[in-house]
Amino acid sequence: MSMILIWLLITVACYGAVIGTAALMTFAERKVSAAMQYRYGPNRVGPFGLLQPLADGVKFIFKEEVIPAGANPWIFKLAPILTALPAMLAIAVIPFTGVIGTFEGTEVLGSIANPEIGILYVLAVTGVGVYGAILGGWASNSKYSLLGGLRASAQMVSYELSLILAVLAVVATTGSLNLHEIVAGQSGWFGWNVFSQPLAFVLFLVCSYAETNRHPFDFAECEPELVGGFHTEYSSMKFAMFFIGEYTAMVVMACLTTTLFFGGYLVPFWADAPWWMGLIAFGAKTSFFLLLFIWVRWTLPRFRYDQLMHLGWKVLFPLALINIFVTGLVISFGPGAN
Amino acid sequence: MSEQTTQYKPSITIADQQAAAGKGAREFMMDVRTTDLEVNMGPQHPATHGVMRILIRADGELVTGAQPHLGYLHRCAEKIGENVEWLQYLPYTDRYDYLSSMNNNLGYSLAVEKLLGIEIPRRASMIRTICVELNRIASHLVAFGTYGLDLGAFTPFLYCFREREWLLMLFEKICGARLTYSYLRIGGVFNDAPPGWLEEVEQFCDVFDEKWVEYRDLLMMNHIFIKRTADIGVITPEQALDFGLTGPMLRGSGIDWDLRRDMPYMLYDEIWKAGVYQIPLGSGAQGVLGDCWDRVYVRVQEMVESIKIVRWCLANIEPGPTIAELPKVLRVPPGEAYVGIENPRGELGHYLVSDGGKVAVRCRVRGPSFCNLPILEDIMPHTFLADSVAIIGSTDVVIGETDR
Amino acid sequence: MLTNYAPVLILLGIAVAFAAGNLIISDLLGRKRLNSEKATAYECGMDAVGSARIRLSIHFYLVAVLFILFDVEAIFLILWATNAKAFAAAGVGSFVFMEITAFVAVLAVALAYVWRKGGLTWDR
Repeated sequence: MSMILIWLLITVACYGAVIGTAALMTFAERKVSAAMQYRYGPNRVGPFGLLQPLADGVKFIFKEEVIPAGANPWIFKLAPILTALPAMLAIAVIPFTGVIGTFEGTEVLGSIANPEIGILYVLAVTGVGVYGAILGGWASNSKYSLLGGLRASAQMVSYELSLILAVLAVVATTGSLNLHEIVAGQSGWFGWNVFSQPLAFVLFLVCSYAETNRHPFDFAECEPELVGGFHTEYSSMKFAMFFIGEYTAMVVMACLTTTLFFGGYLVPFWADAPWWMGLIAFGAKTSFFLLLFIWVRWTLPRFRYDQLMHLGWKVLFPLALINIFVTGLVISFGPGAN
Repeated sequence: MSEQTTQYKPSITIADQQAAAGKGAREFMMDVRTTDLEVNMGPQHPATHGVMRILIRADGELVTGAQPHLGYLHRCAEKIGENVEWLQYLPYTDRYDYLSSMNNNLGYSLAVEKLLGIEIPRRASMIRTICVELNRIASHLVAFGTYGLDLGAFTPFLYCFREREWLLMLFEKICGARLTYSYLRIGGVFNDAPPGWLEEVEQFCDVFDEKWVEYRDLLMMNHIFIKRTADIGVITPEQALDFGLTGPMLRGSGIDWDLRRDMPYMLYDEIWKAGVYQIPLGSGAQGVLGDCWDRVYVRVQEMVESIKIVRWCLANIEPGPTIAELPKVLRVPPGEAYVGIENPRGELGHYLVSDGGKVAVRCRVRGPSFCNLPILEDIMPHTFLADSVAIIGSTDVVIGETDR
Repeated sequence: MLTNYAPVLILLGIAVAFAAGNLIISDLLGRKRLNSEKATAYECGMDAVGSARIRLSIHFYLVAVLFILFDVEAIFLILWATNAKAFAAAGVGSFVFMEITAFVAVLAVALAYVWRKGGLTWDR
């Protein structure tokens, strides 16, 4: 019974942290972009405008829901949930920190759950996210939405391949799918996977931008062509849910980048750091990648759709194949093999 | 076009397949019947720079047809010109192309002055030249910034607006208005530049000389930007001439034609002979001659040339009157006059006919945006949807002028 | 160890409650003044030309088919990648690696074929 309480506590804490970070990201996005563009950004609601996400949320709740005529109402309503849920569920296995303590003989870890197939779970769950985009785009009965949905789905599936292969290179070097073990495998001098798998890191980074539909790959919602893409027709909280999903996915991707390539919660030069120190280290590393998301978005122009597909299939995918081939070669014939 | 909507169109016909089989391309495709998507782009669309409407037919991502529709911002400017007094029409010229109002004022004023046959004070011409060239920079800054916006780069847009803001402040100081100036009057300019204004223009020139390099490096030389614009929307020199393009659209295709040099007005002949400025031309530096990149780069270079002209004027300006003596109620001698000037977007021509009265008998405007627009129908098919945005942006239309 | 997944269920519950709850609250609190103009699909202020429920370009589906093909490959690779080190330690690393290479090579040939035939090109 009390174990369930602990589970509940950790789940709520992790969930709240990630959703809170996602909400803060919407704020940070505006503030950072404002700083880059000689503007102030939101500064009226609360100190430094910090309560802006909350104000936005309240506004969204009180907005009118418009379901366009000819739309498929149930799919239309389901799509935002289908976008937000997978991103939220992916939080479950992310190791925010190491062992917090023991309770009734079991170790309490800094993640909601710790299944053996951690990374596979993430890939499986985030893969469902594509349904939200395509169903939302199709159900709206609007041409812009339809094109946006199709683009989003084609883009997500194309980059998912390279993403999986990049992750597999890490899995092969670690020999485990468990995220805690992947983190543990990165201890020591230059132990971070980014040093042993630099190409995989670059592939993963690029693919994570495409997977989350972020600039310069935000074709699903690129406003000059498709106005709003698959969420053109959405309003009120349903629209907000797409955004929560997108930002949560960003947070998850930043967490995964940290976990897979930058030693997760490991503190550099401090092997037996306490768990809260690990949490801080994890937060710092993740924050950097979140900042990178914003930085890239407000700096680069957008690719064209066929260029995106070209990049995904003809550059990243072969590179990912070569990368995993070389990794396998080193593992099977390298110094470690006998 | 509407009957196309219900028809099913095989995307690949058997003839296509047989033709392609020789090259080994696309033969994996069966004859699956797909339909072209017909979609309105505009009037309320983020990328059409106003209330332009383009009916696009797309096969998935591929644009197969495009047709611009006009008339959403029509205000009968020309007809108004035949019903109000000569000077009263001046504010209406501000509103054709609201990004280059100084140029519009100038075009109209020059046409009326030609009918009047009066001499303009030299200081007035100098101030006119400064204002017109600064306005050209402001206009090109918007064109360049919004082009980045069309391609998804948001930040350069606001950098451009920062510099434009300075220009608008300068205009505000000299005439009190930020967008619709009505400052260049018939016979000269409304009033002399306030004390210190010319020095401030000098300061702006100094700062802008550094800034434009930043913009070029930030956007024009960006790898993604080049990939998005090079080889896209190519207008061959022949096409450009056939469609009667003017301005950066024409020069982007490599044709050396600038009214400031070739049909000079005001002091431009003197400035050209002093060797102050060059006329930038498209060169196909990143792709084919006449692609979107060339057109946009011509605009970027023109800003620098404008700065040179402004500097020359600042160096040579002398005190004197700024407006010619004219009666309160203008009565223009009978006759007709056409004056074309080099607007930021091309040739802005005013054709005026007078019967000696207080009101023009005929007032006709040749707007560059309007004349540059029809080529869209020719260059947009067989591009991608995203390219269509890039092409519309590179034509730099201002809808206020296409419709007037 | 299925208890490993118990917290995931808790998370699922919270997430569903959050997502659905927000939508329901918004549904209850938001104003409702729908009219026929508002309910039209957005098409830049014009009446829609044609329908949005049409058969679109085949290219999107081609991408989906290719994805399934190579995703299956990735699934097999997951199995190998997880155990690559174990295989190497057990001394069968090179054998298994060649097997998996042969498997990937077949699919790489498929990719090359599609590439060669222009299936990855969005030609104009």
